[in-house]
Amino acid sequence: MSSEASPVLLKVEGLTKHFPITKGVFRRQVGAVKAVDGISFDIFKGETLGLVGESGCGKSTAGRVILQLYPTTAGKVSFKGQDLMSLSKEDLRKQRPQMQMIFQDPQDSLNPRMTVGSIISEPLVEHGKFKGSERRERVEQLLESVGMNREFTNRYPHEFSGGQRQRIGIARAIALSPEFIICDEPIAALDVSIQAQVVNLLEDLQEEYGLTYLFISHDLSMIRHIADRVAVMYLGRIVELTDSETLYSTPLHPYTQALLSAVPIHDPKHEKKRERVILTGDVPSPANPPPGCHFSTRCPRAEKRCFEDSPEWREIAPGHQVACHLV
Amino acid sequence: MYAVNGISFDLKKGELLGIVGESGSGKSVTMMSLLKLLPMPPAEIVSGTAKFEDQDLLQLDTKQLRKIRSGKIGFIFQDPMTSLNPVLTIGYQLAEPMREHLGLSRRKARKRSAELLEQVGIPMAESRLGDYPHQFSGGMRQRVMIAIALACDPKVLIADEPTTALDVTIQAQILDIVKQLRKDLGMAIIWITHDLGVVAGIADRVAVMYGGFIVEEAPVDELYANPKHPYTQGLLKTLPNLEGERAERLESISGQPPDLRQKPQSCPFAPRCSNVLERCLQENPSIVNRGINHKVACWWNPDSGEKE
Repeated sequence: MSSEASPVLLKVEGLTKHFPITKGVFRRQVGAVKAVDGISFDIFKGETLGLVGESGCGKSTAGRVILQLYPTTAGKVSFKGQDLMSLSKEDLRKQRPQMQMIFQDPQDSLNPRMTVGSIISEPLVEHGKFKGSERRERVEQLLESVGMNREFTNRYPHEFSGGQRQRIGIARAIALSPEFIICDEPIAALDVSIQAQVVNLLEDLQEEYGLTYLFISHDLSMIRHIADRVAVMYLGRIVELTDSETLYSTPLHPYTQALLSAVPIHDPKHEKKRERVILTGDVPSPANPPPGCHFSTRCPRAEKRCFEDSPEWREIAPGHQVACHLV
Repeated sequence: MYAVNGISFDLKKGELLGIVGESGSGKSVTMMSLLKLLPMPPAEIVSGTAKFEDQDLLQLDTKQLRKIRSGKIGFIFQDPMTSLNPVLTIGYQLAEPMREHLGLSRRKARKRSAELLEQVGIPMAESRLGDYPHQFSGGMRQRVMIAIALACDPKVLIADEPTTALDVTIQAQILDIVKQLRKDLGMAIIWITHDLGVVAGIADRVAVMYGGFIVEEAPVDELYANPKHPYTQGLLKTLPNLEGERAERLESISGQPPDLRQKPQSCPFAPRCSNVLERCLQENPSIVNRGINHKVACWWNPDSGEKE
């Protein structure tokens, strides 16, 4: 997949999302949780962009803000050149079929009182696509394309295992033939032997329908497998973005280096020889991030300026962006 | 539910045994039943023995068990938030087992609590004894749990998915501490996890569980270099690599994990196995030695040369 040659499908510029912290009876705002603090990236048509980071770094919020499921605090998201924030509610609704989401927990994201058939056909009904027997046919065809039996339309979510429920969630996401899907930790709740099944399915669907993915995950090994390019997030900001091969072979940001060295490898011989960068301390609270570089409090290489100035987000090689004073 | 079915293993002094399996494979239930931590009824231990220093744990009464639990055998659970009491200070929760099991005075217990916290890498340990669990982050809470488990100098530490709820950089910190503590204190550890990567880094020996059975057991290097059970082989192949070549497509194990409500008659992995034989559907294989210290429960044996 040559991402550079493809047109930009989604452009994110300076995207920011702050959740207010209020106090007292009058709900006076006393601060803000800076969940996403000015992130920018492009997603090219047909590629998979991986977004990695630890819990609380803002990666899921970023996904939701991009789809306008939360109102934005600042910044701009354009989909195929159209600014999503300038759209009216109705116009945005008309755009929705092109952008879908697959959620982490298939237990919580499927209504337990709806049959599988009605879960998958709901987006079709909502957007007035297909009628009567045609719609039924479409639902059955969708079930088949995610590797499930056509006969399952009248069953309920609880009758299925986690992996199968995630397949139902995927069938719902592709029902309206979207171009762009945000996969928010789609395999985190699944068993190891099932994860590969779901990832293979997502790759097959991408090939078949030419889908573009934003794949949000904390699993660095899986991101390496599925993503063409990877963005690493830390405390609301993207610290490094480049193609998957470069990121894993020559990471430049000290956080990316530490993160990669912390991932356990399933090979005991290799594991004993590895040099680890063990970070000290915990991730600071996004309500009160450190001044300067957000990573400065844990960075093994931090200098004076790291504690004072925010590093600039700059391109140091074609397609390789980093935010660090020391690179 | 047939959660755990006739499994046997031993743990040598100072050894770290990794128990690997997916959810529902019975790995936690095994450990909980060792110390009778499951509510009984409905749970029931049908048969078996569990010898600890020549004492059968399953025959002990509640009072005797109490002495062993957290005295000689320490326990760390997956979620430190639900296993710490939110309304008691960390200092109290640390001191309690020492006063109970070791008969330490309040002052001595407090002193040792501070030492323990320091040992697991909590800064300004003494001043944090008066804090409550919610004032600690997830990684710090798990350190507190480890400190509590270590309080009475246990001979055995049972850790049930202790790093699963944590981020990788915090997990690396905890693994580092555990390795260091093992070196310093020389206790035996049973480490239960679903993460083959974590086990590769810390275990001496690994047992793989599936559907309530141990299907393979071997020293760690041997298991990863030369897996013999089709489930272990499949599991290692499904994992994407962090380094080296990137697979075009992940290998996957088809099908779903077994339903534990059915009494297992055949090999539990047979429906998903690519090497399934006629015999696998009729008889459950027992675990046998195949190679030095390498035990496998499988009818399929390509090394033997003879057809089963």
